[in-house]
Amino acid sequence: MKLLLVGEYREGRLLDTTAELLGFAAAIGGEASLFLVGSAEAVPAFSGSLYLADAKVYGEYNPEVHKQLLLKAVQEENPDLVVFIHSSYGWDLAPRVAASLKVAQVSEVIGFSGNAYEVGCCNAKMHRNVTPSTSKAVITIQAGAFPALQAEGTPVVKVLSTDSASTTEFIGYEPAEAKDVNLAKAEIVVSAGRGVGKKENIEVVRSLAKAIGGELGASRPVVDAGWIDHGHQVGSTGQTVTPKLYVACGISGSIQHLAGMKKSGFILAINKDKDAPIGEVADVLVVADLLQFVPALTAKLS
Amino acid sequence: MKILVCIKQVPDMESHFRPNGSATWFDESDLAFRMNEYDEYAVEEAVRLKEQLGGAPEITVLSIGPDRVIEAIKKALAIGCDCAVHIKEPDVASKEPWQIASIIAAYARSKQFDLVFTGMQSQDRGSAQVGVLVAELLGIPSTTTLVGFAWADGVVTATRELEGGVKSKVRLKTPALVTCQLGLNSPRYPTLPNIMKARKKEITTLQAGELSSEKPLTGSAAFRHPEKRGSGVVLEGSVDELVEKVLVILKDKTAVLR
Repeated sequence: MKLLLVGEYREGRLLDTTAELLGFAAAIGGEASLFLVGSAEAVPAFSGSLYLADAKVYGEYNPEVHKQLLLKAVQEENPDLVVFIHSSYGWDLAPRVAASLKVAQVSEVIGFSGNAYEVGCCNAKMHRNVTPSTSKAVITIQAGAFPALQAEGTPVVKVLSTDSASTTEFIGYEPAEAKDVNLAKAEIVVSAGRGVGKKENIEVVRSLAKAIGGELGASRPVVDAGWIDHGHQVGSTGQTVTPKLYVACGISGSIQHLAGMKKSGFILAINKDKDAPIGEVADVLVVADLLQFVPALTAKLS
Repeated sequence: MKILVCIKQVPDMESHFRPNGSATWFDESDLAFRMNEYDEYAVEEAVRLKEQLGGAPEITVLSIGPDRVIEAIKKALAIGCDCAVHIKEPDVASKEPWQIASIIAAYARSKQFDLVFTGMQSQDRGSAQVGVLVAELLGIPSTTTLVGFAWADGVVTATRELEGGVKSKVRLKTPALVTCQLGLNSPRYPTLPNIMKARKKEITTLQAGELSSEKPLTGSAAFRHPEKRGSGVVLEGSVDELVEKVLVILKDKTAVLR
């Protein structure tokens, strides 16, 4: 199998997730080449062909132009599989390439068996297998699903260029907001999720955090709803935490949330839904209404 | 100005899912359906733009599926969309992203929409493909994962959510398509008078098969509960019993409880 891996480059550097593309390539086997809109001055280590375009000329996010560059690499390399990370770059670019090639796309792959790709669905509560019916395919792999593998060697660089016109004008980046709450160093994090139901009920979770000596965390929906400040958000768009104890109160466990807390020492989850994906990483899943269980636990700890 | 909002109706994610007979997807019986959460942000953003422009734009809301999707359409009309297209497809679950996008593009192609809003993905299938595919099929620019949107003089300025809290700003000329991320705005609830008014709004019915006959590019199988990876225990029972059990476990397994 021939693979074309699509690396990511942002704010002047290669993103670490590129190593996961190599991990996937090693797992599935076959000959891999790498596509990158990056820098000719800092060519990444890689053994194989590197299709390289200059980000200074073509921009770091410029979907129409990156698509044209990638299609050139596809034409030259003729890969069976074009592999992206399922990220803001990958899910934006992959369907454009799949549409141009009119081949199947499988999104957010977490495993494979033959040419069937395992993916999550229904908010990651369920899994299924998706099989491309086209001989070539485009896939995006879930961040963290495959081991990172550091690249070695010196690539054979093939420089790409295009005179394709840009339809999207990149204005600039906005850095992450300063974190006024440092959850990363906390020994105990007690987080509130959508299951709290309403803003007033955050206090139930805050009281437990206080009684147990932990910091208050939150899942995305609670922050989006304005119930807790963004500084408390745990997950791929918030903070990554590794406390000795993580207590998830009414958090279903989206992939983005799990990415931010699954390496915690011990995970206690409280959820009404026995099938909630948080159960996949929890050491203990208490099937209960958090509004009843959490105050009762807090009372015992106080 | 003409705006199209594409919405999907999905099951409540707290439902207990069971595979259908062929295990290609879930069994629909006993499931309660609602508007895809990401699409609620798309509807809200379109209605806000209409309000910003003094009510001038006409917003069409589109949904594909069996008759149950009319409920989601009516909600979008009550929030402020002007008219609706229900594209009938009784077996919508068997249609994969390429086919769904082909149906939407076939409908939209001759309509000259200035802006198309969609959710960045559906909660059930989660492919994050349909919006971008529609734009590609229509040959218009698109951008994804919006947490900020502004429109002025035919130009969209979008804030995209990247990873690790970083965002980026991009500008694109209309006609264009944007896909909306959670948190883009605060979706409103329809008011009773608006629900009443929405009853008079027109819903056009079309047949999916008459718009596109594209074949699927992927097949689906083995819809299932994931194999449990951890060695975690599930505790059920009365609250008092649960608290006692949890305290014992926390004292035993963690060093953080004094």
